[in-house]
Amino acid sequence: MARVSGSYSGVPRWVMILAAVGAAFVLLPLVAMVLRVNWAEFVPLITSESSVAALLLSLRTSLAATALCVIFGVPMALVLARTDFWGQKVLRSLVLLPLVLPPVVGGIALLYTFGRRGLLGQTFEVLGVDIAFSTTAVVIAQTFVALPFLVLSLEGALRTVGTRYEVIGATLGASPTTVLRRITLPLVLPAVLSGAVLSFARALGEFGATLTFAGSLQGTTRTLPLEIYLQRETDPDTAVALSLVLVVVAVLIVTVAHRTGRAADPRAGAAS
Amino acid sequence: MIRATSLIAAAGLLTVALAGCASATPAASTPSATASAAALAGDITVFAAASLKSTFTDLAESFEAENPGTTVALNFAGSSDLVTQIVAGAPADVFASADSKNMTKLTDAALNQGDPVDFATNVLEIAVPPGNPANIADFADLAGADVKLVICAPEVPCGSATAAVATAAGVTLTPVSEESSVTDVLGKVTSGEADAGLVYVTDVTAAGDAVEGIDFAESGEAVNTYPIVALKDAASADVAAAFVDYVTGSAGADVLQAAGFGAP
Repeated sequence: MARVSGSYSGVPRWVMILAAVGAAFVLLPLVAMVLRVNWAEFVPLITSESSVAALLLSLRTSLAATALCVIFGVPMALVLARTDFWGQKVLRSLVLLPLVLPPVVGGIALLYTFGRRGLLGQTFEVLGVDIAFSTTAVVIAQTFVALPFLVLSLEGALRTVGTRYEVIGATLGASPTTVLRRITLPLVLPAVLSGAVLSFARALGEFGATLTFAGSLQGTTRTLPLEIYLQRETDPDTAVALSLVLVVVAVLIVTVAHRTGRAADPRAGAAS
Repeated sequence: MIRATSLIAAAGLLTVALAGCASATPAASTPSATASAAALAGDITVFAAASLKSTFTDLAESFEAENPGTTVALNFAGSSDLVTQIVAGAPADVFASADSKNMTKLTDAALNQGDPVDFATNVLEIAVPPGNPANIADFADLAGADVKLVICAPEVPCGSATAAVATAAGVTLTPVSEESSVTDVLGKVTSGEADAGLVYVTDVTAAGDAVEGIDFAESGEAVNTYPIVALKDAASADVAAAFVDYVTGSAGADVLQAAGFGAP
């Protein structure tokens, strides 16, 4: 019989030391950046016209990209987790490719797909949609890099939850859509939410693909990361101040993601 | 590292061999030994503006060939990135900037050994995709309503040159994108996304058949001057100084002018 005491953590001390070094490695650069912030000028720097335009554009496009990620990512995760077909493993690797692909490569690939001379460029031109140098291009780039985050986290959750309840629902006469709506989605809702938050965070930080594919124009395609990159040339103070804004937004997002994950935990526990 | 070790080993063997046969005339080894003592030896790292990539790669190779015993490592990036890195302590021995503004940042930090020397100039040119789909003929055409024009943002050197040229020409440009580097502008033109871009003459030369260049009269209003300087903390000060002389000398001028740069 194992006695479980309240204070037992089960983590060896050397693991804790390595963890502390790892944490310092992540936190120190943030501290270094905060130390460089010009606090006297902070508010004017981040409320300048170009900064506000970049922040608003970033939030707008990231929200749109997150919506697209949910619309297409949830079905993708369901198909990958619940069906079995030839070539599925290869397909999963390919779909998750943007996770490991350098964003610049993603941007080049998007250019050859949606660009004016790309695979689909002519099609869109006929439809009267001009993607080049438009906000649409930014959303496309962000969705491309953010989609795998939602698919990956949701697919994992779907596999963990299993199919027991779905099978029971089906034997009781529920249609596949009813099973999806009444059983599967409520079960994995926390994963959908945290996946969506992760996608939003990734979209917010998107830089390389946007730069390569969408261009950079204030209010249209110049998102916050691109504004930071540009300001760094002449005005390091603004670049640092905006970087801090991005960090704060990212921290808020991660916290919210954790909260939603934890708050939803008891429900998932009670259900299983 | 391996090369250096084997070199020392070879030198050691030679000494032993010479000591072993003192009567033999070391005719073959003496001249090379004196030559290497007088000649330059050492490794330098050159930080150079991205637009100097092909020319400096050629120059470094011929410099190494003319001065056996030296190696020139090259690091290309935007001038402002490079100067930021150098001021932050990056191990550079020579800095070649695409404009005097970034060179001033270096001299303000008192990191230069001697005064910077101007070695080349560059002017803007209109770049259009092959076939010139938007029928651009002169600078004023860039302001056309249907022309997708891409330029550098005013924050970067090519962008301030663009602004100066536009002011001189009395043309208000309405770009679809303001990129943060001239390579990004060129990329948008070569991929056909943009109808026209403003880049440097040397970029058009380097791009070959991927773009067509269109000269315009107002380009003379914004001439970019490239300065070069050796750095104070250079590991091999004599090699660094020799490389600066090489670039500013006739060998450098030949290579640079072939690539489209102007004389300072």
